[in-house]
Amino acid sequence: MFDSNDTLRGIVNDPALSFAQKARYLSLEAENSLPYPPLAPETRAALDARVICDMYEGNAPYKPRYVLPDFSVVLAKGSDWLELPVPQTLDEAISTLMIAYHHTPSVTGMPVYLGSLDALLLPFVDGVSDDDLYRQIRNFWRYLDRVLPDAFMHANIGPSDNRVARAILRADAELQQIAPNLTLLYDPATSGEDILAQAAGNIIACSKPHIANHPLHAATFDDRGYGIVSCYNALPVGGGASTLVRLNLKAVAERSRDEADFLDRVLPHCMDLAFDLMRARIDYLFNQSHFFDSFLVTEGWIDRDRFTAMYGVFAMAEAVAILQAKAGRAGRYGHDDAANALALRITQALAARVEAQPMANVWRGRAMLHSQAGLSTDTGLTPGIRIAYGDEPDPVTHVRALAPQHQYFPSGVSEIVTLDETIRANPGALVQLCKGALASGFREFTANVAGNDLVRVTGYMIRLSDVRRHEAAQGSRTNTTALGAEAARKTDILNRKPRVVGHERHPGYGQ
Amino acid sequence: MSDIRATVSKVLTFSCVDGPGNRLVLFLQGCNFDCPGCHNPHTIGVCNDCGDCIPACPQQALSLVGGAIAFDPAACDQCDLCLLACPISANPMVQHLSVADVLDLLRANRLFLSGITVSGGEATMQLKFILALFAAIKAAPDLAGLTCFVDTNGHLGAEAWARLLPLTDGVMLDIKAFAPERHLALTGQSNARSLASARILRAAGKLHELRYLMVPGQTDQDDEIAALIDLTQELGADTRLKLNAFQHHGVRGAARDWPTMQRAGVEAAAARLRDAGLSQVVTPVVYI
Repeated sequence: MFDSNDTLRGIVNDPALSFAQKARYLSLEAENSLPYPPLAPETRAALDARVICDMYEGNAPYKPRYVLPDFSVVLAKGSDWLELPVPQTLDEAISTLMIAYHHTPSVTGMPVYLGSLDALLLPFVDGVSDDDLYRQIRNFWRYLDRVLPDAFMHANIGPSDNRVARAILRADAELQQIAPNLTLLYDPATSGEDILAQAAGNIIACSKPHIANHPLHAATFDDRGYGIVSCYNALPVGGGASTLVRLNLKAVAERSRDEADFLDRVLPHCMDLAFDLMRARIDYLFNQSHFFDSFLVTEGWIDRDRFTAMYGVFAMAEAVAILQAKAGRAGRYGHDDAANALALRITQALAARVEAQPMANVWRGRAMLHSQAGLSTDTGLTPGIRIAYGDEPDPVTHVRALAPQHQYFPSGVSEIVTLDETIRANPGALVQLCKGALASGFREFTANVAGNDLVRVTGYMIRLSDVRRHEAAQGSRTNTTALGAEAARKTDILNRKPRVVGHERHPGYGQ
Repeated sequence: MSDIRATVSKVLTFSCVDGPGNRLVLFLQGCNFDCPGCHNPHTIGVCNDCGDCIPACPQQALSLVGGAIAFDPAACDQCDLCLLACPISANPMVQHLSVADVLDLLRANRLFLSGITVSGGEATMQLKFILALFAAIKAAPDLAGLTCFVDTNGHLGAEAWARLLPLTDGVMLDIKAFAPERHLALTGQSNARSLASARILRAAGKLHELRYLMVPGQTDQDDEIAALIDLTQELGADTRLKLNAFQHHGVRGAARDWPTMQRAGVEAAAARLRDAGLSQVVTPVVYI
């Protein structure tokens, strides 16, 4: 156990970690000292070779990866378990949510979903002045960033234009915090361009919010709704996702003779190994961990039937490059129609197989395809279906190249459109680009503006000034800065011309 | 529809610096000014099929076919060595686009566009094409809402403006210098028409933006800034006035020895312009 003790000692004595961060890494090491849920040998081998990947969720799934409580339940009924009365005022409602977040588990140990905050809080703002509303939101925002410092934590607003959404946008631009992440659910037919214009101003100020294509998402889910959480994951409210397993398309391509071999033989086989891995993890969560005995279920915050399984894919760019080379074609993904069409064929094959695969203990009995936005250790692998770093064409060509694939990723797909600083003088161009992207079928529009201290690493934000401080071993208040710093070292993120890099999850201490 | 074709140096489907919103930009080849400080000197000349660029191309993307330069875009890797080899500041990679070609581009990118801007080179040297293009856009129901803008040095006469402005939603006009001898040295032409154009455009309500390139030791001088204030006040103190800073990006020849314009100098000029009552002074977001 020398190695293990060494690791534990390294965590305990790490000068750059806070005590809470140390406790978190120690708990990961403890979980991973347990044996993995039983896997078939071939599945185990594929996992070890990282052809398929469990996102380092841990060896003993005792909580779902993403939990999206229906926070309207606790606001409407209070909680017996938590001995909370029904809130009557705005400050009571916010206080109730702050308590509720503390009881919302996820893979990161912190909530990834804060709710559709405007819808949740609007019933409490009658008679509250705009100034008072803004002041309370600003305090709430500071609490979230300081107490739950993880950029995977995600708040939603919209699709209506309302006072709470406006106050949140105003506070978010003013405070320039990493957390929480923020998505505006936008419906071109009903939201109105005014709030989109304000959101564009916010993007220019702090590269937030994301703009979600509300009509597309709403049609994918049901009346209980959906939330955008963590890194652009669209999931059912009152449930979430038990697990996210991802398939490395580059590794699949390397094992294929040509496109036909890829589509007919290697891809189906590798996909099935990932299904096996998902089943093993879900089986443990549902049948051994007792997670669903929680008051979250008995009080109706979540429903065990509303947890999906996310079928992630990544390294499409590298897969296309390999298959194009095998076919003797020079065209590059994102720039060439034939290369883009090849990626679309791969995505369609992925979607068809996911749709055909029955899954037990999964919402609607099927996994949901997801364009996975990367890990901090993904060297030489492009997130999801994105175009390779530094090879992105102009923003319009970029969007048009990838838009046809978006319909096949119901649990989330994201591209980061990077804009140079001249956009600051012309936010109308950003609004037009966003409208064009959504009308073209983009499920999610995200832009990064060069020159901001707040930079989007994949779905989450880091502060460049924090990264520099962390690298000088001064530590950082926020958990995701360590991930950003690692990505900065391993993936050239800060050297890239617009700073975009993909990586979503941190495998564990020292990796 | 007209079968006239434009000689186009470059097409952009995303630009946030060529007018309001996102614009499709046609950079038309050829210019009637010959500015030593030009940031896009390869757009000045018009190819005379001399063939000097052919051996400069490492990809063999250029050839002479029937006495005319032929360009193979599939072979090109955008190294731009041909542009450096050209003795007349032309561009052998130009495309020849018809009005229908441009309408197709607009339709393909319609969802992303606020409008189109013709720039250059000097766009108005291809006036006939612009007239035909803008008329076709205004007549196309599926392109309704797209605005038509021109980026110009203003070296266009009043009669031509009278034909173009009814089809044009806005113009960005560059004034290179005020002192006549300075303008002549900086452009090879008189500024009389440019100054007249400013007044014509403002009177027609089509002057979207007046642009002024600040070159250290030349157009940042006291007399120049004073003249800029006078003109802008005459046009209207609410005229949008964009100050640009001379940089070395793209510049060739002797002007590479000119110093670049620094932020402090631009900001000082902007402060003086604002003190003079000009309400819409815009300074660069970035200095490259």
